[in-house]
Amino acid sequence: MFDIFDILQGKEGNKDYKKKPVIVQGITGKFGTLHTKLMIQYGTNVAAGVTPGKGGQMFDGIPVYDSVSEAVKSTGAKISVLFVPAPFFLNAAKEAMNSGILLLIAIPEHVPVRDSLKCLEIAKAKNAMIIGPNTPGVIVPTVIKLGIMPAEPFQPGNVAVFSRSGTLMYEVSHILSTSGFGQRIALGIGGDPINCTTLIECFDMVRDRADVNAVVVVGEIGGDAEEQLAEYIISTDFSKPVVAYIAGRSAPKEKRMGHAGAIIYGSFGSAESKVSMFAKANVPVAKRPAEVSLLLAQKLKKAI
Amino acid sequence: MRLLEYQAKSLFKEYSIPVPQNYVANTFDEVKKAAIYLGFPLVLKAQLQVGGRGKAGVIKACKSPEELKPLYDELTSKVVQGERVKTLLVEQFAEHTNELYLSIYLNRSKRCYSVIASAEGGIEIENVGNKVIIDVGIDGPTPKDLENIASKLRLNNSSASSLVDFGSRLVRLVVEKEAELAEINPIAVTKDGALLALDAKVIIDDNALFRHEELKVYEDTTTLEAEAKRSGFSLVELDGNIAVVGNGAGLVMSTLDILSDHGGKPACFLDVGGRATTESVVTALTLISKMPKVKAILVNLFGGIVRTSVVAQAIIDAYKSNIISVPVFARISGAESDRAKELLNGSPARMFPSVEDAIASAVKSVT
Repeated sequence: MFDIFDILQGKEGNKDYKKKPVIVQGITGKFGTLHTKLMIQYGTNVAAGVTPGKGGQMFDGIPVYDSVSEAVKSTGAKISVLFVPAPFFLNAAKEAMNSGILLLIAIPEHVPVRDSLKCLEIAKAKNAMIIGPNTPGVIVPTVIKLGIMPAEPFQPGNVAVFSRSGTLMYEVSHILSTSGFGQRIALGIGGDPINCTTLIECFDMVRDRADVNAVVVVGEIGGDAEEQLAEYIISTDFSKPVVAYIAGRSAPKEKRMGHAGAIIYGSFGSAESKVSMFAKANVPVAKRPAEVSLLLAQKLKKAI
Repeated sequence: MRLLEYQAKSLFKEYSIPVPQNYVANTFDEVKKAAIYLGFPLVLKAQLQVGGRGKAGVIKACKSPEELKPLYDELTSKVVQGERVKTLLVEQFAEHTNELYLSIYLNRSKRCYSVIASAEGGIEIENVGNKVIIDVGIDGPTPKDLENIASKLRLNNSSASSLVDFGSRLVRLVVEKEAELAEINPIAVTKDGALLALDAKVIIDDNALFRHEELKVYEDTTTLEAEAKRSGFSLVELDGNIAVVGNGAGLVMSTLDILSDHGGKPACFLDVGGRATTESVVTALTLISKMPKVKAILVNLFGGIVRTSVVAQAIIDAYKSNIISVPVFARISGAESDRAKELLNGSPARMFPSVEDAIASAVKSVT
């Protein structure tokens, strides 16, 4: 797997540092339009848009193409933010990866799991990375914003935030920012049962980075992503301080709590199981979002 | 979408997966008619979404016509985990020599399908030592995989080939109907080696339903939860008295947790989603107004893409048109929260600086 920071911002000193070209699939849709404008406002270099049938048009001074391959050819983009509705996701994602996109930010929710699995197979074959689906995206504060997250909660710093929930990623980052813990990166893996990029892969991205000094995980009930992460932390001796928050402690069993992935079957995927595995990995779990910065301050032995 | 047993079995029939002869019955008359067709002994099985029916005592063998009415009365008077028994499946009792377990499910952590099989059926699979688990690709297990399973289960020749045939049909169902889970527990093995699905649990990927018009007949469309879904919200009804509304599934779950920590009882989980408009939030509040137990509404918003002023306006509109009359306790932060607070000033809605404060007041108001 490539270095995601290299894709997102380039290496310091590179001529295109902080100016990586990005394409937006579904740029002329209502949601795509709104968020493309907000990304540009943030400073993201949206270099082209794609909407089949609207090739040749301009969007806020940005050329729109009929296909991803044309957009990639003219911009050299390796990143695409995908806004198409779920029924069209699979084809759009295939097209992106077949056209040379290496980092795909998959915003749509309600994507069938079989479609995510098929995308994952293509991504493996092409050595590409898909964030999502059902993700708010990824932000490197002051450098690049790819997705639908509001800009305000995020401040630059040295914490990595990885989250299964969009709004909680904003909320927790806001709490961290106001306590003086800016973020090096905040990334939503998505609320689906199949996350094309897993928490463990996220940890791999930052494990050897000197500019990340702590990691915050926002998890939730359902599946065993947090349990697996805890095992990874233990077995690979992950050395950076980690704190977590888990949503859904009070959720009833076998009820889907909004996210397709947030459901407990039997005892599988319960908050207790996640909290107890995190305890073994020496990862304290906050009882409420506001507590995250307190736990992090304790871990880092820092006053806030 | 979890199918009821009879719904799953009707899918099984479509795929020529053998099941005992059966009839669905909603009244005693229908049960009687079914019994005449099927003869005795037979099995009466309550049709419920919740699991653990055997332990709950809602699956009953019936040996003679005299037992029919008392068993019918007993079953239809039961409520299992809040779910009332309305529909029964009347099924022929299938003679068999032993039982198997088979499931194909979407393995979230490994991001593939997995198969679990055991030569012990009718048990809780978690507690069985003697089971085979294999991970397979996104097209499910191949006939070769199924042959391997049969040999590991030490099935004799005729039941081994039945398993391959039976399993292949089930795989086709899982792939074509986009199931997250298909579990048969138990599968009956008859004395001539044939297999028969005695139970059926199938969960379809809700997100794939747009490709499966034919499965929509199984949706229970009368509930508030389904109404909410049509309006683009996610609603889960719970049995408390404080309705919880917020934006984002994670934030709403988190709010429920803190509410429970304060001793409050949530009446619902309601995520207005990322594209809320004033009208859609009024619709959400209308759904809440249909829940008779609700004594207060707790609103937790972290505005970003959802403009909090939109939600504030909806609360005001809902009060004005008498859609809601119970008090609203709100924590609103993020995008346009100043405007939202301005709008709500002077309305019956009360604003709090933190969600803990809003929750404490809401809990106090209902006790």
